[in-house]
Amino acid sequence: MTLDNIKPGQGGIISSIGGHGMLRRRLLDMGLTPNTKVKVRKVAPMGDPIELSLRNYVLTIRKEEASKIELKEVFSI
Amino acid sequence: MKYIFALAGNQNAGKTTLYNALTGSNQHVGNFPGVTIEKKEGQIKKYKDASLVDLPGIYSLSPYSMEEVVTRDFLLKENPDLIINIIDATNIERNLYLSLQLMELSIPMVIALNMMDEVRASGNSIDVKRLSDHLGIPVVPISASKGEGISELIDVVMKMAQSQDKSIRKLDFCTGEVHKAIHSISHLIEDQAREAGYPLRFAATKLVEGDEPTFKELNISENQLHIINHVVEDMEMKLEIDREAALADMRYVYIEKICEDTVIKKQETNEQIRSEKIDKILTHKYFGIPIFIGIMFVIFWLTFGLIGAPLQGYLEEIIGVTTEYVSDLMIRFEVNDLLHSLVIDGIFAGVGSVLSFLPLIVVLFFFLSFLEDSGYMARVAFLMDKLLRKIGLSGRSFVPMLIGFGCSVPAIMATRTLSSERDRKMTIILTPFMSCSAKLPIYGMITMAFFPENAAAVMISLYIMGMVVAILSGLLLKSTIFKGEPIPFVMELPAYRIPSRKSIILNMWDKGKDFIERAFTIIFLGTIIIWFLQSFSWSFNMVEDSTHSILASIGSVISPVFIPLGFNDWRASTAIITGLTAKEAVVSTLSVLTGASSDLQLSTAISTIFSPLSSFAFLTFTLLYMPCIAAFAATKRELGSVRYAVMTAVYQTVTAYVVGMLVYQIGNLIL
Repeated sequence: MTLDNIKPGQGGIISSIGGHGMLRRRLLDMGLTPNTKVKVRKVAPMGDPIELSLRNYVLTIRKEEASKIELKEVFSI
Repeated sequence: MKYIFALAGNQNAGKTTLYNALTGSNQHVGNFPGVTIEKKEGQIKKYKDASLVDLPGIYSLSPYSMEEVVTRDFLLKENPDLIINIIDATNIERNLYLSLQLMELSIPMVIALNMMDEVRASGNSIDVKRLSDHLGIPVVPISASKGEGISELIDVVMKMAQSQDKSIRKLDFCTGEVHKAIHSISHLIEDQAREAGYPLRFAATKLVEGDEPTFKELNISENQLHIINHVVEDMEMKLEIDREAALADMRYVYIEKICEDTVIKKQETNEQIRSEKIDKILTHKYFGIPIFIGIMFVIFWLTFGLIGAPLQGYLEEIIGVTTEYVSDLMIRFEVNDLLHSLVIDGIFAGVGSVLSFLPLIVVLFFFLSFLEDSGYMARVAFLMDKLLRKIGLSGRSFVPMLIGFGCSVPAIMATRTLSSERDRKMTIILTPFMSCSAKLPIYGMITMAFFPENAAAVMISLYIMGMVVAILSGLLLKSTIFKGEPIPFVMELPAYRIPSRKSIILNMWDKGKDFIERAFTIIFLGTIIIWFLQSFSWSFNMVEDSTHSILASIGSVISPVFIPLGFNDWRASTAIITGLTAKEAVVSTLSVLTGASSDLQLSTAISTIFSPLSSFAFLTFTLLYMPCIAAFAATKRELGSVRYAVMTAVYQTVTAYVVGMLVYQIGNLIL
């Protein structure tokens, strides 16, 4: 399951980060590392990007970027 | 300057507020060499021998973004005496990620733990002493917005800078396989790191990470590359994770451990809870966008109407009275006519008309700083991103473009808040295509003469055309000059905060000062040139009637250029040139050159210059061609180079010409 496929109000534990180069590094730098808990809070009015919460802060990324983030566990809050 | 300190930290950590609190108003603003990234340097309050350089807000020291590279280069090559690293205490995990990387640089460092007041007020706590022990560097709790802890911070920083003992405790936060890899590579490259001026630990970590610039700077040989790859591949295999992820993971794991020991978090902070509530409305699925449009509408109305317009009126009056006074004085003292004309018709008229925009700029930036500092701009990017993505930009560019409908000058100045250099450049090029308010009088003049029945439709079509051209240009630029991977849209949505009054006032002051400086330099020069061309004939005699001026003859020379656009009249081409001082000047020039003394006469005169179709081509051209000198000066300032600014102007003018020609030629076929 990837992060773009879960609904607002759901969360998950990251298993791996795909992609490459700048994008991938950026995701890692922002704390989207393996075993991190991340929640989807919201989807923007036009359907993209999405709003996440992790490590006690709020981050927005596009669905395309979210599709690179693989989750190992999905839960509802 | 005896000491140079660098201020580094994440975006939204309160860096600018702390910078202002530390330095006061004694600032020097420039750009980092070769890039459009702003570099601010100021003197630390009460310490004449210590200056502080404000580095860009970044999250990491990766080699990918311009901001990060600039920061790295500054820290590695300029050898600052000390780094002040500001950290948002409410968001400590992610903020410490940068700290760990900065600490590898072996530069003395002090952490300013900002927003501690919020942490405490929410019933949470951070054991500052323990945190400091863990990291091996001083940590000073502060509240930059309330000014708490600032003098303590300065004391700690100065004491550290003045101390003879510059040794820095080596922080070994890596474990297991990563540790092994870093250490074996350290031994391998010790000499090269010293030669390149790289701290060993930093160099080794970066090589493990696969950081391209470090490989180049250290002149890593083929043989070494082979060994490094072998070591790192071995590490990757044992950890079952690639090098970049391994290092990021290691840092975060270490941070989590520190936080477990020092941070007591009972609940979200009050600000975070409040933000979530505010966002329920401001980024609401259905109301979010209408509310944003409403906010922008109110800001426009206040800036260009209720507050800005009367202020502009007063300033115009003051300029007018001053002009008259100076003019009378010059006449009384029988000053030479030429000098009189230069001062009054050239300088006062030109600079004065530009200067009268000052209130609009200051008022607009009051609102924009408020939106930016409160955290709302990030939400705008969130709301609007999808719309701008197709042309290779992100939601962040939306606000400058919107301001472009008011005036290109503040719009271009507002691009400075864009965090990606590529987006900033592209936005600067595209923004002037948004029809600014100074072009309205031109539309009014032409529609009155040719399309009195359909004035609104014509005006709306121009606004839409500007946007369409911007979109097409964006697509073109995206696939040519700005090719390559766009900056990923991975953006923090900071908690809403009430902006500090000082930051807003300083920002308004900055923008105002910037504008005045330009008014008296490049704009001053531009208006004198136009005045000269308008007032003199080729024999360098002053002309009574501007129809005999150099400008008029230049107008007639370039006039045939516009034949494909359907008009060939020296008055039209002259007006296009004078429009460069300010777009409204197109109207005044045409009325002067046609000798019209009323709107009706002007309409009649204009109908002899254009046909309805060619008048529309003329409108298209004036809509799109290079912006006025004030906007050009802003472009130059923000792009940091005359060459790029000229290229931008040429691009805009060529676009205007091509589109104008298409309008006329296709129109001719249809009609």
